[in-house]
Amino acid sequence: MDTGHNIVRVSEVTRTFRMGTQVVQALKGVDLSIQSGEYLSIMGPSGSGKSTLFNMIGGLDKPSTGKVYIDEVDIAQLDAYELAWLRNRKIGYIFQTFNLIQVMTALENVTLPMIFAGMSNDESVEKGLELLGLVGLRERHAHKPNELSGGQQQRVAIARSLANTPAIILADEPTGNLDLTTGEEIIALLKHLSSERGVTVISATHDHKMLAVSDRVVWIRDGRIDKIESRDQLNISVGTISSKDA
Amino acid sequence: MALGKSASAFFDTGGKKISRQVVLPFRKSLEISIKSIKVRFFRSMITVIGLILAVAFLGFVLAGAEVASGMLRSGDPELRNVLVKAGYDLPAEPPVDAAGRLMPESVGAGAKERWIVILSLLVCTVGIVNAQLMAVTERFREIGTMKCLGALDSFVLRLFLLEAGMQGFVGALIGAVFGAVAALLAGLVRFGLPALTWLPVGGLVMAVGAAIGVGFVLSLAGVVYPAVVAARMRPVEAMRVQE
Repeated sequence: MDTGHNIVRVSEVTRTFRMGTQVVQALKGVDLSIQSGEYLSIMGPSGSGKSTLFNMIGGLDKPSTGKVYIDEVDIAQLDAYELAWLRNRKIGYIFQTFNLIQVMTALENVTLPMIFAGMSNDESVEKGLELLGLVGLRERHAHKPNELSGGQQQRVAIARSLANTPAIILADEPTGNLDLTTGEEIIALLKHLSSERGVTVISATHDHKMLAVSDRVVWIRDGRIDKIESRDQLNISVGTISSKDA
Repeated sequence: MALGKSASAFFDTGGKKISRQVVLPFRKSLEISIKSIKVRFFRSMITVIGLILAVAFLGFVLAGAEVASGMLRSGDPELRNVLVKAGYDLPAEPPVDAAGRLMPESVGAGAKERWIVILSLLVCTVGIVNAQLMAVTERFREIGTMKCLGALDSFVLRLFLLEAGMQGFVGALIGAVFGAVAALLAGLVRFGLPALTWLPVGGLVMAVGAAIGVGFVLSLAGVVYPAVVAARMRPVEAMRVQE
């Protein structure tokens, strides 16, 4: 595994939202460093600030105070064009609801980010087919999303997220809309990609199956980091969690 | 594109062979918008039908005026009487200049007719704005996803303008031709063959062209606000869970 630099660094980040007259503080000062090549899960109940932190890391939201660095660049300094570039090349997104573009085939969905990146048509088709092959859907490349099962759609989405060989893959509840077995397949695929290709995988989840493959788990509670556990510590606590659940 | 100092170093790392840009070639955007229209054909049809009707009305009025003008320019007092009887607002005697020659006359659309046309076009534009706003809400996830994949505001804007432009052109074309044909048939029924024999072809083409132009422009005008709303949408919207 690449134990190199910090691919994401979050420093004293707070985020406040104004809801009507009320001011809600979703994040109350978070510090976090994520190493390149790491498989990191962010866990926490809904309303904990998990999604806010996740969006921050993905360059989808800017902090009220504090800094978020992606590859040591402060994302608050980037203009709209540079942010689009960042989303296009540095980050691959995977969504709970798959978010394939319905009017396009699987292959067209995978090639779209490459088109944005200025790749030629032939090149992008070749790479798109290769990526679909990687997720085991090469022969279904001409199918529209509504002709694919949930698990297949999510695999297309994973292929799409890899389109421009990003450094980071952000997965927002990637197994949230999938059944148990399909969810496990997706998790295995993500883990495989992370270790094979050295991609940093960051996922927000409350799927406990994710814990087993994570290098580190960040627990968010009430806008702060409750605890960060690395894998060796996890084996113990997973037991307690599942017993708590049962 | 001017980049900050730290930013340019950052952009070098990923750039390598690929040029450091975010693009959507025009051909590709055309392809995407045609696909979107095809997939939402029924919905596009409803938007377009409103436009077709309004433009058909405009075309009907403009072409009808051409028919009457043609008959008037024939200089045949008989035809002039027919027009007066049909309710065209003309002086009892044709105007003559100082030397006693007939002066060329023309008939435009009556004031009342003009108002109805303007009103129908206004209603049609409001209808387009409404339909396009709904289309934007329906597609917020798609737009958000595209933005997550690196689409700029301008890509989204362009897609919506292209779609509306194509819908507008096709709708206006159908409407204008439909309206002009209806006006010719109506002329034929009311005035008989002279309606067609004296028809100024250039004027008719101009009338149809004007109706198409107006329809096209209205369609684009109607989509500007919805398209700006869509383009400004934040990529976070793609993360929303509810269907």
